[in-house]
Amino acid sequence: MADRKLGLKEKYQLMTRGLDWETTYQPMDKVFPFDKYEGIKIKDWSKWEDPFRLTMDAYWKYQSEKERKLYAILDSFSQNNGQLNISDARYMTAIKLWAQGITPLEYYAHRGFCHVGRHFRGAGARVACQMQALDELRHAQTQMHAFSHYNKYFSGLHQAIHMRDRAWYLSIPKSFFEDALTSGPFEFVTSISFAFEYVLTNLLFMPFVSGAAYNGDMATTTFGFSAQSDESRHMTLGLEVVKFVLEQHEDNVPIMQRYIDKWFWRGYRLLALVGTMMDYMLPKKVMSWAEAWGIYWEENGFALFNDLSRYGIRLPKYHEIATKEKLHITHQAWNVFYTACPATGFHAWLPQPYEMDWLSEKYGETFDRFYRPRYELFGEMEKAGKRFYTNRLPFVCQTCQVPDFFTEVDNPMKQAVRHHEWRGMKFNFCSDGCKDIFVNEPEKFCQSYIPPQQIYQGNAGGARTLQEYAAWLHCPMGSDAGDYYSSDDYKNWLKWHGGRDTSPTTAAA
Amino acid sequence: MSVEIKTASIEPVRLTFDHLEARIGKGKAATRYQEAVHDLQVTQNFHYRPTWDPEFDLFDKRRSAIVLGDFDQLLDPRQYYYAPYTIQRARQQEAQDGNFGIVEKRNLFSALSPEWLTNIETLIIPLRHFEWGANTNNCYIAATGYGAPFTSTALMQAMDRLGVAQYLTRLALVLQHQDPQCLDRAKALWLDDPLWQPLRQLVEDAMVTKDWFELHVLQNFLLDGAIYPFAYTQFDQAITTHGGIAYALTTEFMRDWYTESVRWTDSTIRVAANESQENKATIQTWIARWEPRVRAAVTPLAVAAFASQATGVLDSIFTDLAARRVKLGLMV
Repeated sequence: MADRKLGLKEKYQLMTRGLDWETTYQPMDKVFPFDKYEGIKIKDWSKWEDPFRLTMDAYWKYQSEKERKLYAILDSFSQNNGQLNISDARYMTAIKLWAQGITPLEYYAHRGFCHVGRHFRGAGARVACQMQALDELRHAQTQMHAFSHYNKYFSGLHQAIHMRDRAWYLSIPKSFFEDALTSGPFEFVTSISFAFEYVLTNLLFMPFVSGAAYNGDMATTTFGFSAQSDESRHMTLGLEVVKFVLEQHEDNVPIMQRYIDKWFWRGYRLLALVGTMMDYMLPKKVMSWAEAWGIYWEENGFALFNDLSRYGIRLPKYHEIATKEKLHITHQAWNVFYTACPATGFHAWLPQPYEMDWLSEKYGETFDRFYRPRYELFGEMEKAGKRFYTNRLPFVCQTCQVPDFFTEVDNPMKQAVRHHEWRGMKFNFCSDGCKDIFVNEPEKFCQSYIPPQQIYQGNAGGARTLQEYAAWLHCPMGSDAGDYYSSDDYKNWLKWHGGRDTSPTTAAA
Repeated sequence: MSVEIKTASIEPVRLTFDHLEARIGKGKAATRYQEAVHDLQVTQNFHYRPTWDPEFDLFDKRRSAIVLGDFDQLLDPRQYYYAPYTIQRARQQEAQDGNFGIVEKRNLFSALSPEWLTNIETLIIPLRHFEWGANTNNCYIAATGYGAPFTSTALMQAMDRLGVAQYLTRLALVLQHQDPQCLDRAKALWLDDPLWQPLRQLVEDAMVTKDWFELHVLQNFLLDGAIYPFAYTQFDQAITTHGGIAYALTTEFMRDWYTESVRWTDSTIRVAANESQENKATIQTWIARWEPRVRAAVTPLAVAAFASQATGVLDSIFTDLAARRVKLGLMV
C-alpha cells in the first residue's frame, strides 16, 4: 500500500488537535473552570489558527541551536572582559533597570502563560501558550546569565531580586504584571500578548536591545537578537488571540475594547520608564521617546487599529493624551530619578552638554522652556556643593503606581491629580486613564500594595527616613544609590580605564 | 607543559548575586543552573488576589498540603535550565528521527504479525491521550506550584509529554501508511472502549486534583510508574521477541526520557518526604489513595497484552514501584 502524503498543515493538526477530548467522567466546566467568568463567548475553539505550527521536536531543534550560539558568545564576552567595551558606565543604569524591573516580568509572563496554557479549553490555543511559557522562561534565565557577568563589576544588580518586591519604582512593573496574571485568561492574553507584546513591543523590547547595540553591550545585544525570533512568534500569537475572540461572538467586542483601553493605558504608563531610559540613560542615543512614539504608535499603531475597525474595535481611549504627553513625560520622570536616586538601585546624573543639546534638538521649545532651566539650576547647586536630593517618599498613583509627577496635558506647570471616593476611602490617581481603570474594578485596585504607604505604616523594616529605606533596599549611597559621579561604579570605571573618563561627547553611535 | 595565554585580568567586585550568596556562601561563584532557577518567583508584597482564585495569593504555599521551609529545595538533579534542556532534547529527537527514518525506509513494521500490529493500535496508540493528560497535569503544576526550581522543571515535563504524544502520533501514522483514520480509531477506543475507561476516568480525576504536589505524585510517580514500564518495557520486550524491533526503535525516546525523568520525580518526592513526618504521612496517604486505582486502570491493558501472564507482569511493575517508594522512605 502506497503511503499517503500528508501536508504540513494537516500533519500539524494531527500532531496537536486530535489529542484533547471532551471529558465525561468530570464535567468540562470543572476541568476548565476559568474560561467563562469573564463573559467571553467561544463558540468553536477549532476555529483557532495556530500561529506557530511547531511540533515539539522542531521546537527543541531550533531553540537548542539558538542557545548554543548565545552561550558561546556570552562565554566569550566574559573571557574578554566585554564589560569594558560599553560606551560609558552610565549606560549600566539601563541594565540595572532591566535586571530589576524587566527580567522579573519575563518570569511572571512564564507563569501566566503556564496558567492559560493549562486553562484554555482549546488544544491549539493551549499548545501555543505553553510554548510561549517556555520561551518566557528562556528569557528570564538567559537574562540572568547575560547580566551575571556585569554583576561581578557593577553595583545595582547584586540585590536586584531583593529589590524586586520592595522598591517603590519597581512596583510599577510588578503591579502591572500581577494585574495581568490575576485577571481572567482572556484578559491576560489580551494584556500581555496583544497590548504589551504586539502593540507596544517596539516601544519596549527594541529600545533596550537597540540601546545595547548602540552602547557596545555585546551580551545584551546578543541576547536580544537571539530572543527576536521568539518575540515574533509571540506577536503572531497576540494578534491571533484578539482576532479569534472578536470573530467568535459579537458580545465579545465591548469586553475586548475595555481590555484594550485598560492595557493600552497601563502599558503606556509603564513605558514612561523605557522612554526615560532612551532619553537619559543611554550615553549613545538611539532615538528620542517622542520620535519612537511617533513611528511606533502614531504610524504603526494607528494602522493596526485601522485594520481592527472592521471588528468594531476603535483606538484605545486616551490615546490622544498619550500623544500630547510625549514631549514631557521622560523629562518629568528623570527629574524624579535625579532627585530621588538615594532611594533607587541605580545612579542618576545631570545630562552632559552634548545631551542637553540633543534634548533641545529633539524636544525643541518644550525642553528649553520647561526642563532645561531646571537642570541648569541643579547644575549650579552641584557646583556650589549642594547637590539636590529629595528627602521625602513619592505620592503614587493607586493604579499605575508611578509617582504623581505628570502634569495637566495643556498646562505643564500644573500637576495632574485625580481623586475618587469608594467605600468611604479616598484614592488618588495620576490621570483620567488610571482613574477609569480603578472605577471599573475598585475591588481589585483597592488592594494595590503602595510602597510609600507601606513604608509609613512600618512595613519596610521600620524605616522612617529615606536613608533607612535605602538601607532596607540594600542600596547604600555611593555603592548602589545616589549620584553617578560620586559612585563606586564611576571610580572603578576610571580605574579600569587608566583614569580616563570615557563619556562620549556626541549622541551619535 | 601547557600553553599559557596571557590576558588582562580585572579583579571582580563580587562573584555572584546576593540571593545566591545567601544560599551557597560568600566568596563562591554560582553555577548557571543556580542563577537560572533560584528565587525567580515572587514570594511577597502581592498587589491583587487572583480573580480566578481569590482565596489565595498569586503564588501561595497553601495550595499544597506539603509544607517546606524552602520550596527552592525541590531541585532538579539533571540541573535543567532552558539551554541544557533544549540541547539534550534536540540530541534525543535527532536520534529518534533517525530511528523513524530507518523503520520507514526498511519497512520494518512489515515483520510484525497482524496480531501484534493490532496490539500496538489498540494498546499503545491511545496512550497519546494519556500523554495529553500528563501534559495538562504538569502544566497545572507549573502554573500553580510554588518555587521556580520545581515549577520550571514541571513545564519542561509538560512539554516532554506533548513531545511523546506527537511521537505516538507519528508511530501510528508510520504503522498505518499515513492514514489519519488510525488516530480516530485510537481516540474512539480511549473514549468508549471498556478496556480504556478506568484509565481515562483516572486521568480526568487527576485533571481536577487541586493539590499540585499530590498531582505530581499521582501523575509523575504512580501513573507514569505503571504506564511506562507497561508500554515501553514489558510490551516492548514481548513484541521484540515477535519481530517487533520497529516498535523498539520508534519508542526509544520514551524509554530514555522515562529513565531520566524518574530522577527528578524521585528526588523531589524524597526532599518533600524527608522534611517532616507530616509531609511523609501526607504523601503516604496520597499513594494509598491512588495506587489501587492506578493498578486497576492498567490491569485491563495488561490482560489484553499478556493474557495469562498479566498478573505476573503487573506484580513485577508494582513491585518495582514499591521498591522505589521504599527507597524514598515511604511505607504504605
